[in-house]
Amino acid sequence: MSSGLPLLTVDGLTTRFRMPQGAVTAVNDVSFELQPGRILGLVGESGSGKSVTALSLLNLVDKPGQVDARAIVFKGEPLHRASPSRWNALRGDRIALVSQDPMMSLNPVIRIGEQLVETIRIHRRLSAADARRIAIDALERVGIPAPVERMQAWPHELSGGMRQRVAIANALVNQPDLIIADEPTTALDVTIQAQILYEMKRLARDSGTALIWITHDLAVVKDLADELCVMYAGRIVERGPVAELIRAPRHPYTRGLLDSLPHGRSAGGRLTPIRGAAPPLSRLPAGCAFAPRCPRAAAACGEPPPLSSAGGREFRCVRPL
Amino acid sequence: MNPFLQIHQLGKSFGAPAGLLPTAWAALRRRQAAQPPRVHAVNGVSLDVQRGEIVGLVGESGCGKSTLGRLVAGLIEPSSGDVRIEGQPLLHGGPTSVHRQVQMVFQNPYASLNPRRRIVDTLTEAPVHHGIVPRAGARVHAAELLETVGLDASYLDRFPHQFSGGQRQRIAIARALAMQPQLLVCDEAVSALDVSVQAQILNLFLDLRESRGLTYLFISHNLSVVEYLADRVAIMYLGRVVELADTATLFAAPKHPYTQALIADAPRLDARATSYQPIQGELPSPLKPPTGCSFHPRCPVALPRCKTEAPALAEIAPGHLSACHLSASDVHQPAAIHVVAPPASLRSVA
Repeated sequence: MSSGLPLLTVDGLTTRFRMPQGAVTAVNDVSFELQPGRILGLVGESGSGKSVTALSLLNLVDKPGQVDARAIVFKGEPLHRASPSRWNALRGDRIALVSQDPMMSLNPVIRIGEQLVETIRIHRRLSAADARRIAIDALERVGIPAPVERMQAWPHELSGGMRQRVAIANALVNQPDLIIADEPTTALDVTIQAQILYEMKRLARDSGTALIWITHDLAVVKDLADELCVMYAGRIVERGPVAELIRAPRHPYTRGLLDSLPHGRSAGGRLTPIRGAAPPLSRLPAGCAFAPRCPRAAAACGEPPPLSSAGGREFRCVRPL
Repeated sequence: MNPFLQIHQLGKSFGAPAGLLPTAWAALRRRQAAQPPRVHAVNGVSLDVQRGEIVGLVGESGCGKSTLGRLVAGLIEPSSGDVRIEGQPLLHGGPTSVHRQVQMVFQNPYASLNPRRRIVDTLTEAPVHHGIVPRAGARVHAAELLETVGLDASYLDRFPHQFSGGQRQRIAIARALAMQPQLLVCDEAVSALDVSVQAQILNLFLDLRESRGLTYLFISHNLSVVEYLADRVAIMYLGRVVELADTATLFAAPKHPYTQALIADAPRLDARATSYQPIQGELPSPLKPPTGCSFHPRCPVALPRCKTEAPALAEIAPGHLSACHLSASDVHQPAAIHVVAPPASLRSVA
């Protein structure tokens, strides 16, 4: 699994929001490693902390949020001690973000081409003509037809799928080492999603860019990611290689997620949902946060479960499957 | 016996959004009286649904599936054709006894419930108004509805914000059931829910079919959900039904190239690896639909004929309809298109 120096090491990432009712821990002691050119899937339901993890890694959490970590090391550089100006140099250059809604990430009153050229020239001393060439090339790589003409287009002139490709092209122009993609295909139709997944996989293979792919849909990351982290109530509850984790999950929550997904015909049978709903982060149970919904819960689950690891797999459960 | 729901040659067209500067410019430049372009959101759709059947309606955004659902629910008036419930036409201003047979469940339970009304008021207003329950018995009726959808009757006096998304969707379903309908039109009713909650709601739909004999028109873009729930599936593309078959047949042996592409592109958990050989291009603008078969610009097996001649929806096997020139003839080998192994280079990445 771990060959060579990791591109990104996250150790003990914790993000709290101070609220009038008390502090809410949205991300709780999250740790993982990412090698260059690898794709990490971060899977969880709404409120599991996956998006806040992405924002925390980009140092984009605003007050009343507070990000702490024992260490976040990117290419040997301790990011948890980086200055704001250092962050400005990194974001959009070495680490890029693709968000769910391209209408939010593209400026509606600036032409596509200008936005791409700006991303390039903020980080590199290049002539406008050279930057333009790079931008056109990036549009071509994400499969936008007639990229030269599209440079003149306004965001509203493009369809949702095309806008998301532009947002991805914007993330690519500076050949970042890491792209964090937060539900980038959730708003798209399946045929467009398939095109984008195909392009992202090719990108990781061809340019060695590592990806953190955040999604609520296990089926989407199954063929895309190398490794999966499953999040619940702010914690990574299970981590491992995709195929193994889906074939034989160790954490009952992962099992529950897989069983909840409809596949094949019902033939009158029922799905096996996870009972209840995720607890609000402000009122988490003392021990394992999943225990109240867990079919395997026992007295031991009243204590916070330690991290167990075996054969490249990690899970937080005292009664694993 | 007549089908419970009959949709006959149903059509709905809308005027294009006016006031967009580029449109005005184009009209001026051409110096012609601006003929407002029309979008045929639903175009000549016919479909029969039997009592107790779940028919899935699948397509990408803009294909007209929501418009069709709204037409069936009587929320908008058709431009052509008609909808019949138990043989009776669903007319605007027509008898409410027909309208109340159909109720709708919407996608977003955060938007479809009035945030300022208590649950009991949301659940009792319509049935009291229509005389289904007397005002005096309304609270008991509402309590029974909550229990039917798996919620505690003590929640009656709460407001929507006190519930989670899944609970709200149960309340939205209870509100639809309050009118004692025979047909539920579910428009992306589980799409906004987390998967663990989505499974609970899907089970509830199946329970309600058993206990109340409900019929469903289940609109979704999610193929796995439709495959699980529906008895028959209609695939829509640019306002038309392009394929219709029972669920097992449609997923095992899709005939229309668009259906084949949709099924191949949908990510799945089970053994079959998604090949990522996506179909090219995007849905054409419904303002300027392509000539001939509207799928031909994206179709991997299009013939010259497809550019000029629109294929009719024809029965190619008992109960299996497809609108494709190729599915009518034997030239077409459906399995050949999309069961393509990923290139070796891609596989080595995994």
